[in-house]
Amino acid sequence: MSDEVISLEHVDASYGSYRALFDVSFSVPSGALVALLGANGAGKSTVARVATGLVPKTAGRLRVCGHDTDHMASWQIARLGVAHVPEGRGIFGDLSVEENLILSFRQRLGRKEVRSAIERAYGAMPVLAQRRHQVAKTLSGGQQRMLSLGKVLAAPPKVLIADELSLGLAPVIVESVYEHLRTINANGTAVLVVEQQVSRVLQLAESSVILEKGRVAWQGPSGEAHRAMEAVLAGAARETGRLEVGS
Amino acid sequence: MGTFFDFAFTGVPYGCDFAILAVGLVLTYRATGVFNLAFGAQAYLSALVFYVLVRSSHLPVWAAALVAILGLSPAVGIFLDRALFRLLPPGATVGKLVLSVGILIAIPNITSIVFGPATRLSPPSLVFNLNEVYFHVGSVPVNGLELGPAVVTVLVVLVLLALLRWSSIGLRMRAVVESRRLAQMEGVNASGVSSFAWGLSSVLAGLAGVLLAPLDASLHSSDYTSLVVSAMAVAVFGLLRSLPRALAGGVILGVIQTIVAGYLPSNSTLSGGIQAALPFLLLAALLVGVPSMRRLEESQDPLSVCDPPAPPLAAAVRDRRLERPMRVGFWLLVVAFLVSSATWIPGDWVYELGIGLSLSVVFLSYTLITGMAGQISLCQATFAGVGCFFAGQLAIRLGFPMLAGIAIGGAAAAVVGVVVAVPALRLGRLPLALLTLAFALVADNLIFPYSWAGGGASGLFLPEIRVGSMNLSNPRPFVFLSCVVLAICAIAVLLVQRGHLGRALAAIRGSEIASVSLGLNVNRAKIVVFALAAAMAGIGGVLYGAVQQAVSPNDFVYEYSLVFVVVVITTGATTVEGAIQAGMAYAIIAQVLTYVPQRLDGLEPILFAIGTVTYAAHPEGIVEYQRRIWMQRVGRLLARWDQQRAGGPGPRSGEAPRGEHAGQERSPAIAPGEAAPIILGTDS
Repeated sequence: MSDEVISLEHVDASYGSYRALFDVSFSVPSGALVALLGANGAGKSTVARVATGLVPKTAGRLRVCGHDTDHMASWQIARLGVAHVPEGRGIFGDLSVEENLILSFRQRLGRKEVRSAIERAYGAMPVLAQRRHQVAKTLSGGQQRMLSLGKVLAAPPKVLIADELSLGLAPVIVESVYEHLRTINANGTAVLVVEQQVSRVLQLAESSVILEKGRVAWQGPSGEAHRAMEAVLAGAARETGRLEVGS
Repeated sequence: MGTFFDFAFTGVPYGCDFAILAVGLVLTYRATGVFNLAFGAQAYLSALVFYVLVRSSHLPVWAAALVAILGLSPAVGIFLDRALFRLLPPGATVGKLVLSVGILIAIPNITSIVFGPATRLSPPSLVFNLNEVYFHVGSVPVNGLELGPAVVTVLVVLVLLALLRWSSIGLRMRAVVESRRLAQMEGVNASGVSSFAWGLSSVLAGLAGVLLAPLDASLHSSDYTSLVVSAMAVAVFGLLRSLPRALAGGVILGVIQTIVAGYLPSNSTLSGGIQAALPFLLLAALLVGVPSMRRLEESQDPLSVCDPPAPPLAAAVRDRRLERPMRVGFWLLVVAFLVSSATWIPGDWVYELGIGLSLSVVFLSYTLITGMAGQISLCQATFAGVGCFFAGQLAIRLGFPMLAGIAIGGAAAAVVGVVVAVPALRLGRLPLALLTLAFALVADNLIFPYSWAGGGASGLFLPEIRVGSMNLSNPRPFVFLSCVVLAICAIAVLLVQRGHLGRALAAIRGSEIASVSLGLNVNRAKIVVFALAAAMAGIGGVLYGAVQQAVSPNDFVYEYSLVFVVVVITTGATTVEGAIQAGMAYAIIAQVLTYVPQRLDGLEPILFAIGTVTYAAHPEGIVEYQRRIWMQRVGRLLARWDQQRAGGPGPRSGEAPRGEHAGQERSPAIAPGEAAPIILGTDS
């Protein structure tokens, strides 16, 4: 158990009165790259948010880097070595590119390491160096993702949770983003990739978890995930058809 | 020329008084994301405690300053953060404004109850000897009273600039203001940063309060509120971001005011009005004229998707079987109310009920502006005054009947509403609220004091509302008249709410850009709703004047607009019932409080100000929230009853509905790393 960076055991979660997760259990081993798959509304992003403390769980157990997170705030979970690139804009739009980097590195590495980490980020993502004084919300969607990943590349966390990285990006940018993801994982960071685009992410991931309607429908090696995903979707389609007939 | 420079130099230290408050407003906005209308009230609290410690407890000035500025002030700030503002969802501009208005109203009233309403003469000075002349600028002597704020303001700006420039706290504060949750994802202790920011800004409020106390012969909370409202123009000049610009803006405003005061005749109403209204005219000009001020909205929190969805309205969760009994109950209540008003209720109570019904009409304007358009207007009492004075002047001067004046007053207020709405079209929520406040203050200082408007200092004595020989201004018939007017206005609001305009406003509230792309005429919708709201306020104002008969500009000052916002938001601005409940509650509580000791005079605003605290948890209003809860309880009881009649076990009481997955069983636990069976889509 000690080599698991994230472990969810029988986790439930809700948004107000709307219950989103039911008895979710799976784990991410240290250094692994795990894909979290599922259709729209399956609860993938909710799992990512619960794992970082953004959405509180209502039942079950969440362990991060060997620590029980029951009484921890999300910033304390982050300081255990968890980086989260949320769906959509995951940067501070009102801060400049460099201020985004300074904020992140100051918290993770301390004052003395900030400058060298910024140089590493600029080295890995030259586009950030060119736009260092630009207000981050004026960057393109791809550049915003680069900024998010640049922070991770320059100061590798123990685990990265990447939520729908490919959303709204051109295919060529998606390729580049995934290449960076592979590099981050190769540097020793465990990665939990939340994705709707199955085929691309399964080339990277060692194991996969498939969610359906807030529950874990399947988990196992990525090689078998395609078939399992088709079965899950076929089941969902049968259910939808039955509902339509019924209504 | 020498006189001009003398006036200008005199204005520099005077402007520093504005500057220190504006710097405080800018710092609070940058550090916490709140445009803190209660900054003056916080300053007053510290000044009062400082005064009491020095004058009554005979503490040395330095010890009293330590307690008031470095002890009490940050404690109040941290309390406000932890107990109130932190509970608001991110980007809740309306919520932040309402809470700050609630605090602005609560603090002076609470201190009046705790410390008593005694006049506190000659407040002590913190740093310099007040009357000692330290040096001359040209021929202008500079004494301790002027030197203190000037020196301290410059020092404060330098210290804050250094803090924000050389420490990472400034960056963290900006990050937390933009998205508390995203900052936490970076490992930032957002709660700690937020508490520090509130503590720091409150220390500044305390410092300003103690420093500015000797400006007037005695200590009054209203002086602080007036100064802060004037300082708003300066803060806006600093674009709510720049401390040096706020400092410069304060000095410029001070200089302009002293020059204007120097050259205008001293004994005319116009010059007095211009001097008093100058900061608000500048505020309005800056808001409308400076492009970057138009959209002062905070950035959207990218993680707002983590928020639970807004709860449904009570009407939406009501069991259909309850509709008929509730309708019957409503009409029974109306009949009982009218019969009781006409027969056994004492006259003073009937009079207050008439006031409550008039205010209910005014409060319907908030259902339109806040509930439907999602904006905050801080000038609805002014619109009520426009309606009342216009109808009153027509009746007095031209002999128009007051009954027709109800409609005429509404129409006049609607026209003025359009005049205010047109320049406000492109403004975000906060700038719009500030513009309406500026308008209210300009009207208070520059329009209402004239005899042709508000009747001057003596006010107006309105003719009675008569139909034939019947005097409808008497309290008992007035209740019937105001019920009819309220019903017409309420139906009008309901028609708007359920019609095209209501749907358009709901769409605009969701996304203005998406609404434009759908072909909605956003500008027209905004102007129409603003005009309708002003008309409601105007009609309510005429009724309010008619039942009181004697009205003066003091009945419609901007403070009432602030109180009205707090009252309506507390009960619920999203529904017609909320507005009516607010009006009636306001009047009934006022009447009930006539039986408590005079010392507790400020209890009513305190009650409603405390009510705003519930806004964070229940933005739909506390009454609306309670109605929903009861509707859900009754609905569950009915469902249980149905189940029992059908022979099956009903749901346990207190069990909340659980969304679309309600009733699904828990899936069996799956060991990590182990392939689990596919459990979905099966026919079993």
